[in-house]
Amino acid sequence: MWDWSYAWSIVPELIKVVPITLIATFGGFAVACLLGLPIALARRARSRWISWPVTWVAEFIRSTPLLIQLIVLFYALPNYGIVLSPMTAGILGLGIHYSTYLAEVYRGGIESVPKGQWEASRALNLTKAQTWLRVVLPQSVPPTIPVMGNYLIVMFKETPTLSAITLVELLTTAKAIGSHSFRYVEAITLVGVIFLLLSYPSGLLVRRLELHLKRRERSVEAK
Amino acid sequence: MIGQTETLRETEQPDVAPPAPERRRGPEEPETNVKEEIRPIVRYRGITKSFGSHQVLDRIDLDIRPGEKVALIGPSGSGKTTLARLLMTLEEPTSGTIEVDGEQLWHMERKGRLVPADEKHLHRVRGKIGMVFQHFNLFPHMNILRNVTEAMVLVQRMPKEEAEARALAMLERVGLQERTKHYPAQLSGGQKQRVAIARALVMQPNIMLFDEVTSALDPELVGEVLDVIKNVAAEGEMAMMLITHEMDFARDIADRVLFTDGGRIVEQGTPEQIFENPRSERLQSFLTRFRGRRADDAGTSAGSMTAAGRE
Ligand SMILES: Nc1ncnc2c1ncn2[C@@H]1O[C@H](COP(=O)(O)OP(=O)(O)OP(=O)(O)O)[C@@H](O)[C@H]1O
Ligand SMILES: [Mg+2]
Repeated sequence: MWDWSYAWSIVPELIKVVPITLIATFGGFAVACLLGLPIALARRARSRWISWPVTWVAEFIRSTPLLIQLIVLFYALPNYGIVLSPMTAGILGLGIHYSTYLAEVYRGGIESVPKGQWEASRALNLTKAQTWLRVVLPQSVPPTIPVMGNYLIVMFKETPTLSAITLVELLTTAKAIGSHSFRYVEAITLVGVIFLLLSYPSGLLVRRLELHLKRRERSVEAK
Repeated sequence: MIGQTETLRETEQPDVAPPAPERRRGPEEPETNVKEEIRPIVRYRGITKSFGSHQVLDRIDLDIRPGEKVALIGPSGSGKTTLARLLMTLEEPTSGTIEVDGEQLWHMERKGRLVPADEKHLHRVRGKIGMVFQHFNLFPHMNILRNVTEAMVLVQRMPKEEAEARALAMLERVGLQERTKHYPAQLSGGQKQRVAIARALVMQPNIMLFDEVTSALDPELVGEVLDVIKNVAAEGEMAMMLITHEMDFARDIADRVLFTDGGRIVEQGTPEQIFENPRSERLQSFLTRFRGRRADDAGTSAGSMTAAGRE
């Protein structure tokens, strides 16, 4: 059933597309990080004309499947003259979808900054912008880092969805190999193993980071 | 230090009685400055503050003269903090006006009419006011030196070297010159509060608000903070509003003591008048209750009054 020598023979082919998967992951993550911040800020905006539409759109994106959003980006937008490569559509789709999650992470981070920090900034006559940049954001980012790391891993594991828009990533490649040789078991299993080998250590790393941050926080808070 | 020469004369005057009744006037009445009289650094006029339907301050009139040290005492919930927060622009008055150094704080003039102040106006006037909070509110991600220099660099656009030199001098005054590279979390409560005082002082406000700055501290750390405030007060140039439950401290430092209850200033006078000869029944019972509590926990802050400030 399982053919070791065949399995070994297809490993290089699979490894070759790992960079593509990683580019899609990190590209999407970067988009999500950048886009998440304005969404978080807009949702906190005092004016309902800003906060409501943004909240509504973000909820919509978050509660519909990534697959459908990818299909819209890749297959529907060309009807309106916007043609995206599979990689671009993949990065945008992943990024937009997860930006709505990261926005929530940011929001939690921002809200974890005590009211007294805003008041002290005001008493020292810092402007709004200075308060955000020098006081609030530097304090809200560190506690979100482990959560962000987890989302990075989740996005990595989500990349097989991009096979639906013809991006030649791990799953697409495995399926292609399978259809050539009519042997799917080895290829698909190896894809699983590659994901495991990459996500598991990353997960450990994130947990280490989390412990490190917690310990630092505690040593800073003690006394 | 503040470059406000007329304030210096004022603080020497022995007369610190409350404003005479005939000086009270409504906010709309024109100012008839016939008598040569020193302009208050802060002037509350008809200040009312409600949170929802809950009225916290009720038509407060209060003048604070340049360099004057005013202590605010009164039961919990009587509106002391709110009075200070309105001046620090942390809370907006429901009605009434506040003048700072002759200029409206919450209003500005547009075509001869008073309209609500915009952020730019608030920013300008707010520079004359400083505040120290009960819970310090230091910036935890900055070391002590940066906590003190940050606003000088950002707000006053001071070169970094000059800001650091000033910060170091100020930290030395509060006895923390050896802690400049530490982070707030590495300091004791008393040290944190002294940093917070230094941070506010370097901005050279004309009036500084202290809101129960020792009530979050362990009793043995209260003295070092009060000593620092006394030293600052002794310089005389800066007006102070001190909200405190430390009656001995209020008596020592204040030119005038205000007793608030139910959102009104019920009684005011020199420390002697307030503590020795309280007239209103409410103040009398407040002081009695207070002394009773003090006797219970046997002198919270006594003893440590002299030791600290220079370690
Ligand atoms: N942001 C707010 N929202 C609603 N109510 C408030 C708010 N701030 C203060 N209050 C209420 O206003 C009243 C006066 O509060 P304030 O803090 O000014 O009193 P205080 O004299 O400083 O009391 P304490 O001695 O306990 O500090 C209290 O009843 C308080 O609950
Ligand atoms: Mg209070």
